[in-house]
Amino acid sequence: MAEPDVIIVGGGLHGCSTALHLALRGVRALVLEKDHIGRHASGVNAGGVRQLGRRAAEVPLSVASMALWHGIRDLVDDDCGFESHGQLKVAETEAELESCRERAAQLTALGFTHEEVVDQAELRRLVPSIAEHCLGALVSRRDGAAIPYRTTFAFKRKAESLGARFHEGAAVARVARSGRNWRVETADGVAHEAPVLVNCAGAWADRLAAQLGEPVPLEVIAPMLMITARVPPFLKPVVGATGRTLSFKQFPNGTVLIGGGLLGRAYRDENRTDLDFAKVTTNARTVWDLFPIMRSATIVRAWAGIEARMPDDIPVIGPSGTEEGVFHAFGFSAHGFQLGPIVGRITADLITRGASDLPVDAFRIQRFRHTAAAA
Amino acid sequence: MTDLKPRYDLAVIGAGPAGLAAATLAAKRGLSTVLLDEQAAPGGQIYRAITRSPVKNPSVLGTDYWHGADLVGPFRDSGADYLPGAAVWSVSRTLDIGLSRDGAARILPARHVILATGALERPFAVPGWTLPGVMGAGAAQILLKTSGLIASGNVVMAGSGPLLWLLAWQYLRAGARIDAILDTTPRENWRRAMPLLPAFARSGYVGKGLKLLLEVRRKVKVIGNVSALRAEGDGRVQTVVYRQGDGAEQRLPADTLLLHHGVIPNINLANAIGCAQSWDEAQRCWVPDVDGWGATSVEGVAIAGDGAGIGGALAAEHRGRLTALDALHRLGAIDRATRDRDAAPHREALDRALRGRDFLDALYRPGREFRVPADETIVCRCEEVTAGQVRDAVKLGVSGPNQTKSFLRCGMGPCQGRLCGPTVVEVIADARGVSPAEVGYYRLRPPVKPITLAELASLPKAEDEVAAVMHH
Repeated sequence: MAEPDVIIVGGGLHGCSTALHLALRGVRALVLEKDHIGRHASGVNAGGVRQLGRRAAEVPLSVASMALWHGIRDLVDDDCGFESHGQLKVAETEAELESCRERAAQLTALGFTHEEVVDQAELRRLVPSIAEHCLGALVSRRDGAAIPYRTTFAFKRKAESLGARFHEGAAVARVARSGRNWRVETADGVAHEAPVLVNCAGAWADRLAAQLGEPVPLEVIAPMLMITARVPPFLKPVVGATGRTLSFKQFPNGTVLIGGGLLGRAYRDENRTDLDFAKVTTNARTVWDLFPIMRSATIVRAWAGIEARMPDDIPVIGPSGTEEGVFHAFGFSAHGFQLGPIVGRITADLITRGASDLPVDAFRIQRFRHTAAAA
Repeated sequence: MTDLKPRYDLAVIGAGPAGLAAATLAAKRGLSTVLLDEQAAPGGQIYRAITRSPVKNPSVLGTDYWHGADLVGPFRDSGADYLPGAAVWSVSRTLDIGLSRDGAARILPARHVILATGALERPFAVPGWTLPGVMGAGAAQILLKTSGLIASGNVVMAGSGPLLWLLAWQYLRAGARIDAILDTTPRENWRRAMPLLPAFARSGYVGKGLKLLLEVRRKVKVIGNVSALRAEGDGRVQTVVYRQGDGAEQRLPADTLLLHHGVIPNINLANAIGCAQSWDEAQRCWVPDVDGWGATSVEGVAIAGDGAGIGGALAAEHRGRLTALDALHRLGAIDRATRDRDAAPHREALDRALRGRDFLDALYRPGREFRVPADETIVCRCEEVTAGQVRDAVKLGVSGPNQTKSFLRCGMGPCQGRLCGPTVVEVIADARGVSPAEVGYYRLRPPVKPITLAELASLPKAEDEVAAVMHH
């Protein structure tokens, strides 16, 4: 079989999206995935498709990605379970409401208008079941949620239909220069070569970066999520809180997902996470306070994926600082799902044109040159 | 209720024969021991309601059932604490046990844990199995033991395995009428089982088993070589449709259809803890990996009884004692030589109890046509996913049950895959043309039993509240 033009390490959403956008440009990618497609963060996250509350550097990317989400079927021939009923962050006190106003003003000053502050009456219209003490909210109306594994799988299948190849169970053992190519050896002794290498290895991406001479201070985390048995529909938007940690949404089938970034323990070499129920209880109390309707709900499952978090909570995107023909897209710090469609396009642009029309300088890997050396 | 200690040397989960025997031995020999059980009274499933069954006539449930009382007395005198009505929904690697009781949750730490979670019926997915009036033979037996209830009207039993015959016998003894038993045991199983017959013939079961079988066959019409089965009805089962071999479809009126295809280990808690497990081709199910003492791949966690592979009630009892001796040793209460010496009689008894098991495994192995249902059959009851949907997902490139879970939601409902896992594995393996060993099983997660938000919110808070990362 012909050698690929690009080897992508990691079959999560970002790897699959990069393969797809390359395929759309006629570039043949080979994706090497150590487990199976969407096995970790991409397949098991909360599925939030959110512009709301993003750090300034991510906002332009998030807005561009949202445009792709609203046409996701055109991109991958599958609606990915995407539904757009908005996302909001509830303010429980006057001080929290004021911080929402400040946030909206900051974004307006940057030229973005997707976040707005709503009063108590509008909050109640959007979320009739919200506890009475809530005063208002910060809202992003075009936000929503999708089904993570289905999304990742749809990107994979579309990429595959356009000529990308995927090897599952192919853990990368070693990368090395081979003339003008990169030679990538997998743990089972198979070697592949291509002039371009992309690091989409998520919580394992620091190992590849270190092999390339640019170590990064990546933290492996395990955000916990739990889901209830079906309850009658009462909620359309995804709800968060301003003053505490929460991500709360109801699926069309009635089950309710409760998350919000409380961390279990991750053991990445074992592909395993442990839940910490003493912390899960904090989420349970938040839901108890904000949604009285949920007090009799039953939790049927809880889990935690394995994700990568960077110290500044924004990802690494862009060319290697040490090697030609290497690009990174990892470290999405537990909020990379919504960015998946656009980051694949950005990476494909960087590979094929040497530039992106979106501002990506803030995500350069070189920002860790000193911190990682000190670590 | 027992006042719980803040911490125990040993926590035993499940009060069937394995759990009762393990807790009794460990407590008698000085370990601070607690026995946690979901039911209101000891006995597990096999000796369910042994202390309180309304069925007082011993000839109905049989002498093997009443043997359960021999385990409960010594347990009561052992000094072990006993917590009935306690649903264990999590055991962490640090052996902190999450449990719910009376609407409140708590975390109970232990130094060693023995899982004695027993067996459950192998899911038997046929078209119409979700209709009211269709239930597992095991469930029917529980109703008989706990409440003296038997099904009325036209009763049809279908399937294969010792429990089916035992229930039929108990039903007849209790005065029930059984219209027919549809025996799905594949003919070719006899060929595989015959070489194992001599060992079975030397076991204690053969005489009792034959007597029981003959009595049932004398009183009930038994239809053998059944190769296809479905339940039909408007709102509930009314008709059972079946085929014998390649024969034409036959119909039987039925108000109740009792299904049974043997029992398999209840691995949910062990799996959620992270205990390594392997595919057992002989028993056609996933079984946790344990050594001769019941020790799993997870430090401090052992499994006793049918949860570590089906061996039956008597074997469970002896395995319980062996795991308890190993717990004593690991916790420093006895040395290795003492453990090995004291284990000898239990090991001998265990060997005796397991004699003939191979024969039963071979004879009562369900046929492919029932393990791998046709497209229209619902396999996941919680999410109403059919075998055909699972096959379609395999065609798209889905390779194992965790991917079908993410893709189709099968196994994501409140039962945590107990009712669909084995069937989904068989369907995927069959569609891919590989062994279930290669397909794998669901990665299960706590809570392995549903808990309410209120129970969870009642847990003591973590000391170190972790700063939130931004949510998705």
